[in-house]
Amino acid sequence: MSVRHALLALLSDGPKYGLQLRQEFEATTGDVWPLNIGQVYTTLQRLERDGFVESDGSAGEGPQNVFRITPSGDEELNRWLRAPTDMTTPPRNELVIKILSALRVPGVDVQDVVQAHRRYLVELMQQWTRLKEDEADYDLSLALVVDAELFRLDSLARWLDSASGRLDRASAEPPVKSPAPLFRRRVVVRR
Amino acid sequence: MSFLELRKVSKRYGEGDAEVFAVRDVDLSVEAGELVAVMGPSGSGKSSLLSIAGTLEDPTSGEVFVGGALVSTMSRNEKARLRRRTIGFVFQDFNLLAGLTAAENVSLPLELDGAPAKKARVAAMTALESLDVAERASHYPDQLSGGERQRVAIARAIVGERRLLLADEPSGALDSLNGDAVMRLILSACKRGVSAVVVTHDARLGSWADRVVFIRDGQVVDQTVAPPSPESLLAGPPARR
Repeated sequence: MSVRHALLALLSDGPKYGLQLRQEFEATTGDVWPLNIGQVYTTLQRLERDGFVESDGSAGEGPQNVFRITPSGDEELNRWLRAPTDMTTPPRNELVIKILSALRVPGVDVQDVVQAHRRYLVELMQQWTRLKEDEADYDLSLALVVDAELFRLDSLARWLDSASGRLDRASAEPPVKSPAPLFRRRVVVRR
Repeated sequence: MSFLELRKVSKRYGEGDAEVFAVRDVDLSVEAGELVAVMGPSGSGKSSLLSIAGTLEDPTSGEVFVGGALVSTMSRNEKARLRRRTIGFVFQDFNLLAGLTAAENVSLPLELDGAPAKKARVAAMTALESLDVAERASHYPDQLSGGERQRVAIARAIVGERRLLLADEPSGALDSLNGDAVMRLILSACKRGVSAVVVTHDARLGSWADRVVFIRDGQVVDQTVAPPSPESLLAGPPARR
C-alpha cells in the first residue's frame, strides 16, 4: 500500500495538517488500515524532499505545519493512479504451500486440511459481511474496502473448492504418466 | 425444540451395489430467526437435504420436525398444507409463473390454501412492500429485472405467516450487489422470526448466515462457530511501513 500516494491524494483538494491527514486517511479506508502519526510525518518529509509537497515551515517540524501538494506532486499522483499495479508474478501464498505440503505428508487427510482452512476463511468472511451489514451502506469507502477483502477471501475459498475437486478426481482415477515435457516451465514466485 | 430439526436423516437411492446415499445421517437444527447456510460442492447432497427439510421428499430413515410437528406421521394432504402455510421456497431460477403478475404470483399460494382473493391480495402487497417492489405489482415476470424477479420470489416465499424459508442458490445468476441484496432480504425476514436455510456453493452468500454447515458426500463434515464481533477486524493489522 502506498501511503505516499494516498497522502498526495488527500492533499489534492487543499492544504492540510499532519494530524488531519492521518484522520482523513483512516476515514477514507473505512478505519481498516490504521496509520501512526510518526509514519505520516516521515512520509511527508520524504515527499517534501522529492518536491511533491511543500510546507510553510513557519512551525518548524511541529504539528502546526500545513502541507500542500506541488504541481509535480499532482503529476506524480496522476501517474500513480493510472499505473498498473504489478501482478505479473504470483505472491508466495502460505495457504497454497500448506496444501501442497500436505500432499507429501504420510497419514494426512488433505481434504481435512482443506476443510480446516475453508472454515476459517468463511468465518472471517462472516465477520466482514457483518461489518457490511451494519455499516457499509452508509459509508462508501468502508463498503469498497470490505468488498475487496471479501473478494480476496472468496478467491481463496474458491481455490480450496477447486483443490478439493482435483483431489477427489485424482483419488478416483489411476495416475496417468505425463509425457516428458519439451522444456521445464518455471513459475517465479515473488519472495 | 428448534423450529426445523433433522435427526439422523438419510436418503438412499438404489439397492446393493447400486446403492447411493444422497444424504447420510444428517443432524441439523435451525432455531426460530436463525439463518443457516449449507455449503458444499455440486452433488454433495445440499439440494436433497433442502427437499427433505421442505417435505418435498421423504427421507429413507431419520426424522424431520417442522414447528415441533413430526413430518413422517403426516398424511400427504397435511404435508401439502404445511408447505402452503409454513414453508416458503426460493429457487435459483425464481420459478415465477409467466402468465401471472408479480402480485398474483405472490398471492397464489394463499389462494391455493383457500384464502379469499381480496385477503390474499392484501397479504401479497404487504410482502411486496416489505421487499420494496410493490410498485411493480402489476407487471409480469418478463417485464421485471433479474433483481426484481428475485424480490418477488422472496415475497412469495414469506407471504402470509410462513415461518420457514428454504432457498436453493437464491442469488441465481445475479451480480454480486444483487446477490447481497437477496441475502439482506432473507436476513431481514429472519430478524422478524423466520427460520431460513440457504444452500449454496458461494462463500460470499454463505457468509451472510449466522452459521455455515459444510456438507460433503451427503454428510455434515463441519460447521462454523459463531463469529466474533466485527470490531475485532477493525483493530486491523499493524500499520505497514
